[in-house]
Amino acid sequence: MCIDCGCAAPDHHHEETPRKTVRIEEDILAKNNRLAAGNRALFARQGIFSLNLVSSPGSGKTSLLEKTLADLKNEINFAVLEGDQQTANDAERIATTGVPVHQINTGAGCHLDAHMVGHGLEHFDLDSLQILMIENVGNLVCPASFDLGEDFKVSLLSVTEGEDKPLKYPQMFRASEIMLINKVDLLPYVQFDLAKCREYAERVHPGIKIFEISCYRGEGLDAWYSWLKEQAERKACRNKE
Amino acid sequence: MHELGITQSIVEIALRTAEGQQAKKIHSVTLEVGSLAGVVAEALQFCYEACSKESLLEGSRLIIEEVQAQARCRDCAVEYPLTDMLDCCPACGSASGDLFCGEELRIKEMEID
Ligand SMILES: Nc1nc2c(ncn2[C@@H]2O[C@H](COP(=O)(O)OP(=O)(O)OP(=O)(O)O)[C@@H](O)[C@H]2O)c(=O)[nH]1
Ligand SMILES: [Mg+2]
Ligand SMILES: [Zn+2]
Ligand SMILES: [Zn+2]
Ligand SMILES: [Zn+2]
Ligand SMILES: [Zn+2]
Repeated sequence: MCIDCGCAAPDHHHEETPRKTVRIEEDILAKNNRLAAGNRALFARQGIFSLNLVSSPGSGKTSLLEKTLADLKNEINFAVLEGDQQTANDAERIATTGVPVHQINTGAGCHLDAHMVGHGLEHFDLDSLQILMIENVGNLVCPASFDLGEDFKVSLLSVTEGEDKPLKYPQMFRASEIMLINKVDLLPYVQFDLAKCREYAERVHPGIKIFEISCYRGEGLDAWYSWLKEQAERKACRNKE
Repeated sequence: MHELGITQSIVEIALRTAEGQQAKKIHSVTLEVGSLAGVVAEALQFCYEACSKESLLEGSRLIIEEVQAQARCRDCAVEYPLTDMLDCCPACGSASGDLFCGEELRIKEMEID
């Protein structure tokens, strides 16, 4: 057998072409990282605080946004970018709160990238914007690798998903500065060990900030709101300096 | 699928490089992929074949070199290979290791005429 191409013919020759090896050493995500840096610089100039919400499908990202916007929209100017593979359902839910929202449909794509977010921003008045919320596609895997230019990634985990999620998806919880444990109103009905969940999260990401919340009954949301307001204020001040 | 987006970036970088080098043929493209980079080699191969159709990359080989993830223990400074992010230090048992390689996703080189 010919060792060059693996074909069965015993007696043919390949042209002796001088092959050249070209070193590239380029990060495959370099382009996304460059665009994310552009978004980040824009947020810094404008003093906009931005969060990238990530979770499995159905953990409550849109519910959290609906509740947060309803409770804080009179104090803070928000805008929302909604990422889903299909439908504008989530954007329509957000629109009922009156907050500016733009839907990004990723089609076959399973995550938002910095380019999509950059174009999404064209739909908002950035001069008055204080907090940008980005709801990523429901997926605990690859959104971890794609920087959007946000200040922080926020992982949502609902108590119906099992306390070992941080161990199963360590990349995501390592990339997130904040973890929200949602649907705590369901704790009496499911097997979910809160202490273990916290311990696992702390193991993959020492120092991760954790809030326990219920978007239904409102438990824990005050602490989340205080944190949000404090962060937004800090970002806006840094911009004025 | 996540690997599709990654592959499109690979194809973009490879074709840009080939153009810069005025390549007439591309034999292979070599990647360095960390064992904890979160991509599946088979899926990359599959997408590569699809994405390289009707370009200078068609028929070229995608070579994937795995980079073994390694951590350095914060307590005793020992370096050890990781199979997942939760492995403890084999020397002192500490769970606080800092990953210093194993998440790379890089085009290393390509072979052209
Ligand atoms: N019991 C309970 N249900 C909740 C809570 N928060 C959200 N849900 C329910 O969980 C389901 C999914 O919530 P969504 O807010 O649509 O979740 P999502 O993460 O935006 O989902 P995708 O965008 O599809 O990934 C809905 O039926 C919500 O009513 C909560 O705190 N408690
Ligand atoms: Mg949603
Ligand atoms: Zn041959
Ligand atoms: Zn563009
Ligand atoms: Zn993806
Ligand atoms: Zn050690």
